[in-house]
Amino acid sequence: MKSFVFPEFQIVRDEEKCGQCRGCERQCAFGTHTYDPVADRLVSEDYKCAGCQRCVVFCPKNAIVVRPAPSFYRPNASWSREKLDDLKKQAETGGVILAGCGCDKPFRIYWDHIVLNASQVTNPSIDPLREPMELRTFLGAKPDLMDISAKEGDIEIKTKLSPNLVVETPILFSALSYGAISYNAFRSLATAACKSGTYFNTGEGGLPRDMREEFGRCAIVQVASGRFGIDAEYLNCGQAVEIKVGQGAKPGIGGHLPGEKVSLAVAETRMIPLGTDAISPAPHHDIYSIEDLSMLISALKEATNYEKPISVKIAAVHNFAAIASGIVRAGADIIAIDGLRGGTGAAPKVIRDNVGIPTELAISSLDRRLRSEGIRNRCSIIAAGGIRCSSDVIKAIALGADAVYIGSAALIAMGCTLCQKCYTGKCNWGICTQDPRLSGRLNVEIASQRLSNLIFAWSHEIREMLGGMGINALESLRGNRDHLRGLGLHEWELDVLGIKGAGE
Amino acid sequence: MARAVLFESSLKADQIDEKINAVLIDATDVETKELNGRLRDLMLSGEKKVNIINVCGQRFIGTRLYTPERLKMEIDIFGTPGNDLAAFLNGHKITVHGNAQDGVGNTMDSGEIFVEGRAGDVLGFSMRGGEIYVRDNCGYRTALHMKEYEDKRPVLVVGGSAQDFLGEYMAGGIAILLDLQGQTHKANFIGTGMHGGVIYLRGSVMPSQVGEQVDISPINDDDRSVLDRYVSRFVERFPEIGNRLEEILNSQFVKLTPKSKRPYSNLYAY
Repeated sequence: MKSFVFPEFQIVRDEEKCGQCRGCERQCAFGTHTYDPVADRLVSEDYKCAGCQRCVVFCPKNAIVVRPAPSFYRPNASWSREKLDDLKKQAETGGVILAGCGCDKPFRIYWDHIVLNASQVTNPSIDPLREPMELRTFLGAKPDLMDISAKEGDIEIKTKLSPNLVVETPILFSALSYGAISYNAFRSLATAACKSGTYFNTGEGGLPRDMREEFGRCAIVQVASGRFGIDAEYLNCGQAVEIKVGQGAKPGIGGHLPGEKVSLAVAETRMIPLGTDAISPAPHHDIYSIEDLSMLISALKEATNYEKPISVKIAAVHNFAAIASGIVRAGADIIAIDGLRGGTGAAPKVIRDNVGIPTELAISSLDRRLRSEGIRNRCSIIAAGGIRCSSDVIKAIALGADAVYIGSAALIAMGCTLCQKCYTGKCNWGICTQDPRLSGRLNVEIASQRLSNLIFAWSHEIREMLGGMGINALESLRGNRDHLRGLGLHEWELDVLGIKGAGE
Repeated sequence: MARAVLFESSLKADQIDEKINAVLIDATDVETKELNGRLRDLMLSGEKKVNIINVCGQRFIGTRLYTPERLKMEIDIFGTPGNDLAAFLNGHKITVHGNAQDGVGNTMDSGEIFVEGRAGDVLGFSMRGGEIYVRDNCGYRTALHMKEYEDKRPVLVVGGSAQDFLGEYMAGGIAILLDLQGQTHKANFIGTGMHGGVIYLRGSVMPSQVGEQVDISPINDDDRSVLDRYVSRFVERFPEIGNRLEEILNSQFVKLTPKSKRPYSNLYAY
């Protein structure tokens, strides 16, 4: 069937600059560029281009520009080009439109409507280069009361403490499963996490055996509805176990890792046959209630001999704060809350772009709900979904989170350009693919260095902002909404965020 | 607290002697966490056999028994263990002299479970290896998302039948339902979303009871040898059902298998 869909991108090649080295042809797994030996020139097919900019970055002569195609339908506020193109695709295939990455719709980004405080005169600011600044964070349940005894200056804690994760900076790598991303990308995250004193999350694709000894000390192992790669050894090889109930990019639905991506190594790690679809059902079929969730939490605590904190990850949806309260009461030590902009390797676009609520609103309502019920100490909150920079991190913490997960930001650090074609398995940047030719492009040493650099830079920026507020420990900022003000927000939004308007 | 009586089981006298020689835990008024802690301590101190009497609802029995050395233990439970018996089980052998509740063998990796009675819902959920034998019926969502991997091929044999959603999302393994009471299989939505593994039903099933992704076919010689192997084990393990091996093996069986390993391959527009 002849497709009526426009190419999304236009490739402009400067023939004067192009040296016919055919680098672009080799770089593009979508087959966009081909060499015409007769004319001795490169030919590009716009409609194949994913807009990932790999050829642009790697062209030694800077001869290529990839830009949005200028063709347009008659402008129509209701029928945008995206709506028309998606509709045509569905008319041609009868399929569900897939998308990678997080929601890209222009819903309000609250981070950009919140400003931070700074000290002036009365409370001197602190210079983090000169004075100690504490970012270390403990994730897990804290006791209601701490019983201590002091003997000749020695303090002994008598209360039995729950296991906690210790992070040197409040930034963890979000769940990105091996299978969805390449081995090199997965290993880069693990390497950087260990180097930076933080944790990576295995996602639901298991943890390759050859990585367990070296990287188990900085791993959070995930248990999702597909239960892939899970046995007692896996549960015990990380430092925490996370039950994935929901994901911000696709709340309420499961996932299908297509058989094409289930390579031999992926099959081994997930412990499933080669080439089958790895299907994660929408719910955990042993969890239909808070009581059932409580049972799985307890089962995991039993399976790990009560040595590891158990996290429960849910998507931020309408009534999630009440549900989260139930999750804390069910025994979770950490709640990971993933908002509307959370990323994914593949989700139906209609779900990605229309289901869930923004993380910013979710953090605040969750923190306040748990405080009002007097159970905030029983769990830590990790916020995820749309964290782009260090100021997003610090705002998340002032809104009530203990730490954040970064997923998209980490991938961007490794080279991702958010082209949203993750589900094709042809990632030219070697991140979201199982093709050895492509994944080999990602050098673990370099990618992990880029990730460590990012964590280092953000951590320092956080110290600067903290110091500016006159605060020398991140703990003192947690849920401290007095340090935030809203700009250009409605009354109800300020109410949900629990912050005042600027100038108030 | 209800007490289950030790001698209500099908054990022969000499077996009971042997069992009594094993370490005995009286679970009366013992909480789940404490019971499982005691089991773990016994395993670490080198005990190989434990009998637990007066079990009444304690959960996760067998779950806390993983060690990197993969020590193995044999546990006999007298009474009614609670939910998630043998969840994530790692190679141990558990016998329940009585009924079991929901979630038996949840995500188990290896080992053996025998239930001299019935089992509840979500039996064998996501199990990847090992064998489970249940003498009587079981509940809803049996063998859901059962898997297999290389030499691991989980086996579930149920003497009776199951309720709805048997084998939903099944991705591997073998589930055998013998319907020994002859009440016919009444479950609906059998094998919905199935993309691996096989279900054998003694007797027959209506196509309307079975999910769209499932093929119903008669059994062949290979299937007969699979049935022979596991039904023999079942009959041997539960002598109280009588010497019915030949009768069972000569009965009519149907086989349910997935139409595709890739049930969702045509769902998306690329």
